[in-house]
Amino acid sequence: MKARVTVTLKSGILDPQGKAIEGALKSLGVDGIASVRQGKVFDIELAGADRAKAEAALKDAADKLLANTVIENYAIDMKP
Amino acid sequence: MKSAVLVFPGINRERDMARALKLISGHEPAMVWHADTVLPAGTDLVVVPGGFSYGDYLRCGAIAARAPVMDAVRDHAAKGGLVLGVCNGFQILCEAGLLPGVLMRNARLKFICKDVHLRVERSDSPFTRGYNAGQVIRVPVAHGEGNYEADEETLKRLEGEGRVLYRYCSPDGAVDEAGNINGAAHSIAGIVNENGNVLGMMPHPENHVEDIMGCTDGRGLFAGLMMHLDQAA
Repeated sequence: MKARVTVTLKSGILDPQGKAIEGALKSLGVDGIASVRQGKVFDIELAGADRAKAEAALKDAADKLLANTVIENYAIDMKP
Repeated sequence: MKSAVLVFPGINRERDMARALKLISGHEPAMVWHADTVLPAGTDLVVVPGGFSYGDYLRCGAIAARAPVMDAVRDHAAKGGLVLGVCNGFQILCEAGLLPGVLMRNARLKFICKDVHLRVERSDSPFTRGYNAGQVIRVPVAHGEGNYEADEETLKRLEGEGRVLYRYCSPDGAVDEAGNINGAAHSIAGIVNENGNVLGMMPHPENHVEDIMGCTDGRGLFAGLMMHLDQAA
């Protein structure tokens, strides 16, 4: 079983890296980009076959380490 | 003062810290490995030094904050023991939940390595006893992620409870945008926890303790801790 955990900055948190990327895209002449926010993606392979257990483990992982919930949100996406 | 300096993979300021502690307190600090689960008996002060633990992987301090030794640090702090986190150590203490808030990328994205001025906000904390309130000290910083941020409510509490001990300022002590090197909320350079026994700060007081360093303004922090411990004894 595989899953993807996506960690993003909460809205309202300043993201200087996203801003710098946004600026670079503009200077490259890439049109139509309003704003950029940078996040992280974790592709995780799960050991067992129990989906509920896997989801619980991923939530535990995100809460304990993958995200700093003071400034970040996370989303867990179980792969079929 | 019996001190313990934590050592994580990727930390690089632990020897500077140990040298400063030895110089000022006269006692050689214990170097405590991150996988250890206990601190040496009788430890007064635990120092989480600066550097780049785990190469700043994931988030600065995130992995070190989950190291086995941090449970012992948590117990030490809960019993009122002194904890000082400098630079990466501040980031680690925030990630470990011992201090509120988070250290974000410097507002202007640059790694900043230079001397800065700090205003000491109060002199009645164990971490500032060696200074006068309002005194301006000069100490070095070396960080890319020292921009302290917290939600409005937390900032209000920190201010209301007098928990901001050090603020970035101009050489004359003015707390303004020009002096705020990394864009930190309220120009915060150092804060303490609710009980006042855990300090996190981005600047490196341990690097301004000897004449040969060109400045000895950092000594007051360590001298103040010793005064505090002497009084408590």
